[in-house]
Amino acid sequence: MSLAALFFYLFAGVAVASAFMVIASRNPVHSVLFLILTFVNASGLFILIGAEYLAMLLVVVYVGAVAVLFLFVVMMLDVDFVELRQGFLQYLPVGGLVGFIFLAELVLVVGSWSFGQGVTGAVVAPAPGVSNAVQIGRVLYTDYVYFFQAAGLVLLVAMIGAIVLTLRHKENVKRQSIPVQNARTKAMAIDVVKVPSGKGL
Amino acid sequence: MTLTLAALGPALPELLLAISAILLLLFGAFVGPRSTDTVNGLALAALFAALVLVILGPAQASLFNGAFQVDAYSRFLKVLALIGAGGALAMSVDWLKIEKQARFEYAILVLLSTLGMMMLISAGDLIALYIGLELMSLALYVIAANNRDSVRSTEAGLKYFVLGALSSGMFLYGASLIYGFTGSINFAQIAEVAREPSLGLIFGIVFTFAGLCFKVSAVPFHMWTPDVYEGAPTPVTTFFAAAPKIAAMAVFVRFALEALPHVAHQWQQIVVFVSIASMALGSFAAIGQRNLKRLMAYSSIGHMGFALVGLAAGTEQGVRGVLIYLTVYMAMTLGTFACILSMRRKDGMVENYDELAGLARTSPVKAFFLAALMFSLAGIPPLAGFLAKYYVFLAAIEAGMYTLAVIGVLTSVVGAFYYLRIVKVMYFDEPAPAFEPMPSELRAVLAVAGLFTLLFFVYPGPILSAAGAAARALF
Repeated sequence: MSLAALFFYLFAGVAVASAFMVIASRNPVHSVLFLILTFVNASGLFILIGAEYLAMLLVVVYVGAVAVLFLFVVMMLDVDFVELRQGFLQYLPVGGLVGFIFLAELVLVVGSWSFGQGVTGAVVAPAPGVSNAVQIGRVLYTDYVYFFQAAGLVLLVAMIGAIVLTLRHKENVKRQSIPVQNARTKAMAIDVVKVPSGKGL
Repeated sequence: MTLTLAALGPALPELLLAISAILLLLFGAFVGPRSTDTVNGLALAALFAALVLVILGPAQASLFNGAFQVDAYSRFLKVLALIGAGGALAMSVDWLKIEKQARFEYAILVLLSTLGMMMLISAGDLIALYIGLELMSLALYVIAANNRDSVRSTEAGLKYFVLGALSSGMFLYGASLIYGFTGSINFAQIAEVAREPSLGLIFGIVFTFAGLCFKVSAVPFHMWTPDVYEGAPTPVTTFFAAAPKIAAMAVFVRFALEALPHVAHQWQQIVVFVSIASMALGSFAAIGQRNLKRLMAYSSIGHMGFALVGLAAGTEQGVRGVLIYLTVYMAMTLGTFACILSMRRKDGMVENYDELAGLARTSPVKAFFLAALMFSLAGIPPLAGFLAKYYVFLAAIEAGMYTLAVIGVLTSVVGAFYYLRIVKVMYFDEPAPAFEPMPSELRAVLAVAGLFTLLFFVYPGPILSAAGAAARALF
């Protein structure tokens, strides 16, 4: 067995095992940590097939940002996961049936795997001496500019949605206004009071 | 290959909508809540301008390596989607203001959702289809929860979001299978490769169709519809019923016929089943509903079933039937919701159909138009709803699908019961207290929709020929 195959089985095995632990572990914080382990292993798999840019992206975006954000949410929210699992046994037969059907379908699909006529021709080997990032950059803003811009609009909608649904303008809240702070003069800030001697303010 | 600005001409309506949405967002963010009226007005103007640009635009074009298709088909459906979105937005402005739910983001989200619909209608490959679908749906999830102080509205938004995400996942899984087994994401290239059905391709078809059936709310992927329609604010429900259904059905038909024409006998079974199940559920489940919004949800499930009869036929006649059906469906939906939106008493909105009791005596004109719409929804000749059903069933019979056509006619007889019950309540029951006077924009929409359904049979020529030309573009 070559070294690459050894690493493939290592990464793939750990990824599947930790993905299972994500749903199996009782403590939600452990779940998120296992999720991070899954991502790291997946990025290892990407490196094995020579997609180092995607591997780094996975680590930076998913591990660095998304999973950490997840961790914060899990720690901040008081979600009773034991209570959430109460109906587990009740739904097990139906869920198990659906899962079994999915598994059977996957086996059937993988068992009958044969590439279409166009596939083997369409797969282009990476040009030597050009890094992944350059190659993605070359098509992302030319051939795929429509998808790139449209995906940007989807993100814009997500941002508007998050603000619309959560931002509340409350009355009676003191807000910081930097221009007002900067424009303060001595006259506005200090009030000189002549205090008669022998009396308090 | 460099892309010049002039080459983007065919996508001008979409560019206009995207740019105006972004500019209005900036305007609203800087001016604050008092910009709501201006933003609403400008958003309506942008929808109208996009409509004009779609009509004046080129008849045939393909952009971005075939990801964006402009043809007679896309033009016909874009006009429909824009009219539906514009009508729904115009009807919602006053209502939201009275209910104190008005905010400037609403119109912008409607604009962006409409943009998603137009991208969906023009989609020529799987990525464009998916992004269009997400852009449309994401904005819809947000406006379903527009009334965030109401538990029902929030629940509607969350339910729609979770189930929508699930259906997107199914669609993506199917799309990846289709890509894996055909080696292409472009519809035309998929059609070239997919001449023989393979197991993987069939699974891909099943999963993509499941995702698309969710978006058109066809049985068995309809569960969300009644709850979301009832929970969302009524103008939002109007928008849901009018515009996104049309775009989703449009891309369903285009995907089935452009990408998978050679394996039609594989997906026809799915469409026939979904169509029969939707027609049956739409007819039977609506009988027990008292809430008009829920009733309209079941009615829309049933109508999507009828429209799918045309797709099941898989012929040019069938597609023409689908297009005519969608046109008539949109008019009837907008008209009916104009009535539901005007069911306001002094102490607030009412939504149950028995509140319409004796409407014929309190406001006879409105009752007359609503009765016409109900007769048309039930499919009683010679109204528009009858002609729409006639063309889809005719296509099914010409394609030799007699069972499907017979079941369709039978379910439409069952469905007639609850439409006619509303007419009976309006004309023969003791009058309930009168409603507040109807705002002028609702009057206008109701009058146009009512006259359209009443008089469609007198001069159906232009719409029939436009639908025929649009259907030819797919074959």
